[in-house]
Amino acid sequence: MTKVTMTINGKEVSGDVEGRTLLSSFLREDLRMTGTHIGCDTSQCGACTVHVNGKTVKSCTMFAAEAEGAQVSTIEGQANADGSLNVIQQAFQDHHGLQCGFCTPGMVMTTAALLKINPKPSEQEVREHLEGNICRCTGYHNIVKAILAASGQDVSTIAAE
Amino acid sequence: MPKDGGIGAATTRREDVRFLTGTGRYTDDIQTHAECAAIFARSTVANGIIKSIDTTAAAAMPGVLAIFTGEDFVEVGGNPAGWLINSRDGEPMKEPKRPVLAHGKVRHVGDAYAAVIAETVQQARDAAEMIEADIEELPAVVNMKDALAGDNFVHDEIGTNQCFDWGWIEDNRAATDEAIKNAHHVTTLELVNNRLVPNAMEPRCSIGSYHPGTGDYTLHTTSQNPHLTRLLISAFVMGIPENKLTVIAPDVGGGFGSKIYHYGEEALVLAAAKKLGRTVKWTADRSEAFLTDAHGRDHVTKIELAMDKDGNFLAFRTETHANVGAYLSNFATATPTFLHGTLMAGNYTVPLVYVNVKAVFTNTAPVDAYRGAGRPEATYSLERVIDMAAREIGRDPTDLRRQNFIKPDQYPYASAAGLEYDSGNYDALMDKMEEVSDKAGFAARRAESEAKGLLRGFGVNAYIEACGIAPSNLVGILGSRVGLYDAATVRVNATGNLSVMVGAHSHGQGHETVFPQVVAEMLGIDPMSIEIVHGDTSKIPFGMGTYGSRSLAVCGSAVVRATEKIINKAKKIAAHMLEAAEADIDFTDGEFSVAGTDKKVSFGEVALKAYIPHNFPLEDIEPGLEETAFYDPANFTYPSGAYCCEVEIDPETGKVRVDRMTAVDDFGNVINPMVVTGQVHGGLGQGIGQALLENTTYDENGQLLSASYMDYAMPRADDVPYYIVDHSQGNACTHNPLGVKGCGEAGAIGSPPTVVNAVIDAIQSGGMNVTHIDMPVSPHRVWAAMNNAK
Repeated sequence: MTKVTMTINGKEVSGDVEGRTLLSSFLREDLRMTGTHIGCDTSQCGACTVHVNGKTVKSCTMFAAEAEGAQVSTIEGQANADGSLNVIQQAFQDHHGLQCGFCTPGMVMTTAALLKINPKPSEQEVREHLEGNICRCTGYHNIVKAILAASGQDVSTIAAE
Repeated sequence: MPKDGGIGAATTRREDVRFLTGTGRYTDDIQTHAECAAIFARSTVANGIIKSIDTTAAAAMPGVLAIFTGEDFVEVGGNPAGWLINSRDGEPMKEPKRPVLAHGKVRHVGDAYAAVIAETVQQARDAAEMIEADIEELPAVVNMKDALAGDNFVHDEIGTNQCFDWGWIEDNRAATDEAIKNAHHVTTLELVNNRLVPNAMEPRCSIGSYHPGTGDYTLHTTSQNPHLTRLLISAFVMGIPENKLTVIAPDVGGGFGSKIYHYGEEALVLAAAKKLGRTVKWTADRSEAFLTDAHGRDHVTKIELAMDKDGNFLAFRTETHANVGAYLSNFATATPTFLHGTLMAGNYTVPLVYVNVKAVFTNTAPVDAYRGAGRPEATYSLERVIDMAAREIGRDPTDLRRQNFIKPDQYPYASAAGLEYDSGNYDALMDKMEEVSDKAGFAARRAESEAKGLLRGFGVNAYIEACGIAPSNLVGILGSRVGLYDAATVRVNATGNLSVMVGAHSHGQGHETVFPQVVAEMLGIDPMSIEIVHGDTSKIPFGMGTYGSRSLAVCGSAVVRATEKIINKAKKIAAHMLEAAEADIDFTDGEFSVAGTDKKVSFGEVALKAYIPHNFPLEDIEPGLEETAFYDPANFTYPSGAYCCEVEIDPETGKVRVDRMTAVDDFGNVINPMVVTGQVHGGLGQGIGQALLENTTYDENGQLLSASYMDYAMPRADDVPYYIVDHSQGNACTHNPLGVKGCGEAGAIGSPPTVVNAVIDAIQSGGMNVTHIDMPVSPHRVWAAMNNAK
């Protein structure tokens, strides 16, 4: 067992982990932060996406011990300070960008990272950026639309809803 | 209360907030004190004799609490098939036992033969690797035709790999054969409906607990239908009395059919919980999901369409081999038969249909209903052969369909495949599709593509499907072992808000938002004062759950009936409060008033009175305001649609890109257009996935080659376009109170043939005589077909 300490959503946390404990397991099982989801075992689905030191990371590809001293952001820390939905979350709700909700935390985290580096992405850029996030419910239409809306672009001309 | 949140409003979903903030509660999110973990040891061979299982070393591993093998479940029952199919000769289908854990033989890769329970999941996994199983590998049965020809049986005790040989409608067989023999033109197509893995993003998970003091069991599980799961465990597998077993399906991350069924892991965690007195959790990883979730489709079909000299359809005849895998999953026998054969008349006035389906056991994972369940297979066969026929006789594919459509004045229409369609207008759908898709602009778009060196094709499709499978009387006659009603309880609380307990389960469909819209409309109250309770057998009435696009049509109708009962009783209470005759009470916009006076009470005041029945006429009215209704529909609902698709093909690589995808559907009345559109989007994504990308491949030894997201091509965001979706052409369902039809599966039913028809159109536009390519229409298949045709 190794002791790890990191800052998650602005709060310092620590725990004892086995060397093989993944960051995703540390979040879900040790810290009981279950908003980060596990949808696959090959780092393809993106449901476990978080930010580590500002970079998008699939938390199933990283050992908890590797996050020693890191700044980690998860879905639980995305809402506004008053608890209301942030711009991205609100856009997903407004445009029905989620159904079962399982891939959603990863989609929100991936979107946040995209808009940071590309504040006004094109439709194609959004679709390509979502390569690492699989959704089985929505057919992606409303996710793409929500992301464009979250970036402040007019989506009213995009096919009906 | 204004009704802008009622029927027809595109209300955003209230459940989204918890999913967007990481506060959803999926089964694996539940952690309890003193929980321990289960891990399964699974077969790595497709067919083998279990000679011995030595658990000594595993049992000595750190943290191990118990190990189970098939031996421990010999005395308990098997997981049954829910639908009895009789073969053409009247013989009942073969039903080999499906045990909790494999015993004697393993029958597919992933078949579980042992389970380890340990303090932690890591310890359980480590110990499971120490189990020494001596399994003698036998040759695997993988290909269906080989399975029927050989004497290597998946289940030795039944002496055949044929589960059944079903004919529909058997009395039409001779006449259909005769019509085809004498027809002016017969088009014949052999096709494969590719095997798919449903791939709900949340893997299956089950948590069993047992209270020794009361003998009560609780199962938290990823289910689309907790009461059905409880019934199967209680009545067939474990013998636990239903009143001693609570099944809870909390937030569920998608189902698409795969979470309808009871799986052995659910029984195992309950048995382990009782033995250990501990809560036992098992969570599938994605590899287990690929190996053990019930797969979908996997039909090999020959279809013939007979026409007269004018292009009128005379008969459809099909021969299908349907793979059921190694064991019968709960709806495996209904899916290729009554959910498939009964739709083989499509939208057409064809007088004769004959469908033959041979269901075949193979050493592969069980196959069962996946989004659409039998209807995509029917639609694909019909709409591909019709397209091929049109091209053979030089007719426009749309015109040929229109010529043979059932017309609006022909409803109710008795189809040649045995269903009574209640309503529809297929020409209107086709008209609307041509308008919203800008079909008129296709020629210009094709010219643009050709200028870039690309081929562009236009594919069209008309589908009809049957949702909300019913009525119980009819399905019982046809072999169903369950009823197919649903139930709702409307509880008006004393302070005027409502709890509505429903048998349907929401795992993405938006019931928590949509059902309150219906109740709010009826009661004239704020929808936000209405809460939906679902997924817990200890809280909800006995309902059959969510699948087959039934939630609103069946359970929603139960909600309406229960709410009507509430209104009736509330009127009695209001009459008492207003000292008026019940017949004089009007109920509008949430207020009860006495006709012709200004005397009135609000819904909330009546609710309070119901629970504080001072001065109540108890001989006429009981206290309380809570009503339950069970609703058993008179018929299926019959959504229909006209779809079109435009693809671009790069002739150098064979890569197909879906450029435009249009779905125009008749869903009857629409409660929440935003949610309905979202349901169509999802189905289109899955249908495009089936058509272009997804394939489940076993090698000749029964090894699953496509067992991860690195090998199984799930559609990604850049594989699909924006969709054009329209449901303005609804014809209300004539037999349920909301006039609604199912919308959950339509997109997945209508889109695959649309895409393939467009691919064929594109290739033929390049002068190459390619008439069919099997799905998935991968770049390699397209490239090879084009090159072979040159």
